[in-house]
Amino acid sequence: MQSTKKTTFPVLIFWIIVGWVGFLILPWYGIEDFWTFEWLIDGFPWDSDYAPAIFLLAQGEKLWLAPLLLPLIGSLVAYRMGRTHPFYANTLILVGAFGFAWLIAQGFGIGLRGWSYDWLEALFGPLDDRQFGMGYGAMVLSACFLFLLTQGIAARGAINGDVFVVSSIGFVVAVVAVFVFFPIARMLIAAFITEEGSYSISVFFSKFLSNRLWGLGCLSGGRCGAAWNSLFLAVLVGFLTTLLGLVFALVVTRSGFRYKKLLRALTVLPIITPPFVIGLALILLFGLSGSVTVFISDIFGVQPTRWVYGLPGVLIAQLLAFTPIAFLVLIGVVEGVSPSMEEAAQTLRASKWQVFKTVSLPLMRPGLANAFLLGFIESMADFGNPLVLGGNFDVLSTEIFFAIVGAQYDQGRAAVLAIVLLAFTLSAFYAQRFWLGKKSYTTVSGKGDSGIHPHMPSGLAIPVYISAAVWALFTIVIYVMIVYGSFVELWGVNDTLTFKHYVTAFSVRLGEEGIRWTGSAWNSFWTTVQISALAAPLTAAVGLITAYLLTRQNFAGKNAFEFGTMLSFAIPGTVIGVSYILAFNVPPIEITGTGVILIVSFIFRNMPVGVRAGIASMSQLDKSLDESSLTLGANSAQTFRRVILPLLKPAILAALVYSFVRAMTAISAVIFLVSAEYDMATSYIIGRVENNDYGLAIAYSTTLIFVMLFAIAVLQLAVGKTNIGRRTSHSK
Amino acid sequence: MTIVTSSKAASVSFRNVKKMYGKDVLAVDDISLEIEPGKLVTLLGPSGCGKTTTLRMIAGLEMATEGQILIGDVDVTKLPATDRDVSMVFQSYALFPHMNVLENVSYGLKFSGFNKSETKERALAGLDLVGLDGYADRLPSELSGGQQQRVAVARALVLEPQVLLFDEPLSNLDAKLRRQVREEIREIQQNLGLTVVYVTHDQEEALAVSDRIVVMRNAQIAQEGSPRDLYELPNDAFVADFIGEANLIPCTVNRVELDTATVTIDNYTHDLPSRGMNPGSATMAVRPSRVELSGKKSENSIEAKVAKATYVGSHMEYTVEANFGTLFAVSGDVTSTFAAGDDVAVNFAESGPVLLPQN
Repeated sequence: MQSTKKTTFPVLIFWIIVGWVGFLILPWYGIEDFWTFEWLIDGFPWDSDYAPAIFLLAQGEKLWLAPLLLPLIGSLVAYRMGRTHPFYANTLILVGAFGFAWLIAQGFGIGLRGWSYDWLEALFGPLDDRQFGMGYGAMVLSACFLFLLTQGIAARGAINGDVFVVSSIGFVVAVVAVFVFFPIARMLIAAFITEEGSYSISVFFSKFLSNRLWGLGCLSGGRCGAAWNSLFLAVLVGFLTTLLGLVFALVVTRSGFRYKKLLRALTVLPIITPPFVIGLALILLFGLSGSVTVFISDIFGVQPTRWVYGLPGVLIAQLLAFTPIAFLVLIGVVEGVSPSMEEAAQTLRASKWQVFKTVSLPLMRPGLANAFLLGFIESMADFGNPLVLGGNFDVLSTEIFFAIVGAQYDQGRAAVLAIVLLAFTLSAFYAQRFWLGKKSYTTVSGKGDSGIHPHMPSGLAIPVYISAAVWALFTIVIYVMIVYGSFVELWGVNDTLTFKHYVTAFSVRLGEEGIRWTGSAWNSFWTTVQISALAAPLTAAVGLITAYLLTRQNFAGKNAFEFGTMLSFAIPGTVIGVSYILAFNVPPIEITGTGVILIVSFIFRNMPVGVRAGIASMSQLDKSLDESSLTLGANSAQTFRRVILPLLKPAILAALVYSFVRAMTAISAVIFLVSAEYDMATSYIIGRVENNDYGLAIAYSTTLIFVMLFAIAVLQLAVGKTNIGRRTSHSK
Repeated sequence: MTIVTSSKAASVSFRNVKKMYGKDVLAVDDISLEIEPGKLVTLLGPSGCGKTTTLRMIAGLEMATEGQILIGDVDVTKLPATDRDVSMVFQSYALFPHMNVLENVSYGLKFSGFNKSETKERALAGLDLVGLDGYADRLPSELSGGQQQRVAVARALVLEPQVLLFDEPLSNLDAKLRRQVREEIREIQQNLGLTVVYVTHDQEEALAVSDRIVVMRNAQIAQEGSPRDLYELPNDAFVADFIGEANLIPCTVNRVELDTATVTIDNYTHDLPSRGMNPGSATMAVRPSRVELSGKKSENSIEAKVAKATYVGSHMEYTVEANFGTLFAVSGDVTSTFAAGDDVAVNFAESGPVLLPQN
């Protein structure tokens, strides 16, 4: 009993204090350049742009914030009551729910031009005041109300009164609602808006049934619709990347191959490459003036063609780019298959091949399905490669981009295309769930496993080696081209070697006042590093907590919860980009043009990877480990920190690396969200490509690759490897 | 020894506890149970009888759907596992694979308000208690099954819990080790005066370690009592057959005088405690060791033929065919034995056979 008190009250006190800080001290409305703290000496706390809520009220402004005082005082009442009071739980629930609801209601009800909706004006009469987007004060206070609410629900006995679990669920639900459902809803509504601003279903259908989406002209020599193209490409890419990823995972874990580490490094390369860079390298190789093209036409006298522009080029580029993702997913699963199960099968007279077919492969099924799904969705969402290599091969993601950025500027069409894209990715998600069924794949039990993975059967090993070798060789060639290309004056025209591009991008001058970053790329470079470094740990944290809730806890509405978090998995970056612009350009959350929107978009764009990695590893940890920790007196937060997290280090590393790298290389969502102040490396590079400045673009990309290599090495050291004492070699 | 637990050992009470999984799976059906402090009580039964669910409800890993659970005098029905002063040894041991032995054993102590040196001292004492001093730095995967099991016991023990739970702790050990470990568990339990609830499906194990045994069947308690009670006075055929083997023989109760009933099987008559039975047909349970075979016919005996005879070293095992069916008998006489096909006369030992109350 005592320990319950011990752990609950500090949490309650903490959030009550946080709430009051948000109301009394922090500026209520959003401030640009908050972290420079200039506002502190610029009229704070009385200036109404910077004032905390209480100072606004004291001056008789924004009186609709006054009711927020009620729940704040209510929270103190709940504290005075104490846990044992019969109304404690209900008071907290009331306080949290009312406070949160009021915050949302006033945020949506009153905007930049007074009342946001006509019916509100009709109801309450005209309002000659207005408000901007919420700032830190409002944000902190809403967090306070949210967690008061979850503590109230926990105190009523939900999930055994576990505050940590209830609060985690509340937190994930809230952020997913705000940053996934809300923008998507805004975007869906946009699909039904006519040019005059009214709503109409026929508008949706006229755009939806367009021939540019569903045309089947390619069967008769013409052009197919973007939807068919995307689908066909994504299925191919999903299937092939899974196959290749499995090949590499097998070589690394189940063969006598000596240079496994090298292979691991090689497969990481494409992940840290901005996706369109591979497209660029393919052009350097196979384009009209590409090295291979020129070489072949010189020898065989073949007329150079533009074959690489279109499906073949995009397919090759995506295979190179996304196989490592499949590999990252599969390596964990292939390693996770308990060796003793394979050994058991061997002793049951199964040959190596039969063991692989009947035990290893079925146990890898969740990983295979995940890898396919990732490949499918990555391909659907990929924007850079189709942009560079697509030619006449239209896909949904680029169509969306041109619908909103191009001359058409048709938000409705972008929204319709996005809906189609979503439908595809969601279907893929359900197909995967259906295929996996409800089998238990738990293979790491609480008992130490002292088995060793068997080698692959030779009938499998030979094709595996060959495909791995071909892929590896091709990858090396691609990267040599990239590095080499960054030193060439002008590819295919002037082949002299030069440092010119690097100097332009990254020159530094040592002046009297210290270092001056004179290169043209520094600005976007530092922004990118900063934003990625902020986004990565947040992404990993949200992802792993979600995975923990999904695999380890049972609660009412879990299926809906799972659907919600997984929905963001099925949302391609271009869709996120479009929907964020539509949703976060106006109060209550007004963050377009800031760094925050980039960070947020990265978190929710990459969070599913953390969730996936977490689920895949957590479902292989036997539940008795948690249970024994609980019976030993640890609470669920401590269990999560001391037992689950250490055993998940590989998954954490994967999530951290992946989200950092993805943030640095992402283009699809970013290109909608960058601003002059917060320009990202990738959008800067795309800008160079559009100006045909290939040299600078490739030089910058090469630099990024090395920076990310360095970052991965540092992270690998920082996270370390959890020793669970499984023997790895056959030599013992 | 720094571990003194007896003062903390608490009773456990179940009051009309019911556990449903979903809407229609009844795992535990209206169980009431009192476990005295300092006793080792075994929950025994075939798989799926609800014994593990019952154990997990004591741990707080499952929550009762209805009813009340008390540990000591405190109602813990709604208390989660973390907040109960109970620890558990899992069937799979559930040792944390990323921590070494000492870290595993110290784990629970860290959450119990001990300082660092105290934690280490207690953990080492716990390891010493299970005979694993010197293994502190090993990883669980570097230990044998029996050693892993001891670590799991030490880890649960050092917390000096009010109640210590064992979920089939011996099922992953080989037979010889099983006897040794179960004796060790019993010894520790008695020395420290712990309240222990122990789940097993092995009746021999249950008889050997328990102060009391609760036999469960189909989510309910079939019978509860001391090992001797259950073995010698089973309530019904299920308990008689589950705890030790028993020959269940149809018989007729001829008359009851005072508390003694006289029963007949064919021409054979036998006197035994009536257990409240009235004259009429009944079932009698006879342990194999209470079935006596002899080559010479006597007046009061059952004629039978030996169908199988097996030499198992310490004794002989016989299967004999009688009019009413097959009997299984065990005889300590390994020098003058019967062979298959021999005609024998069957007697039952004077004490031992019991009448089963009619359901």
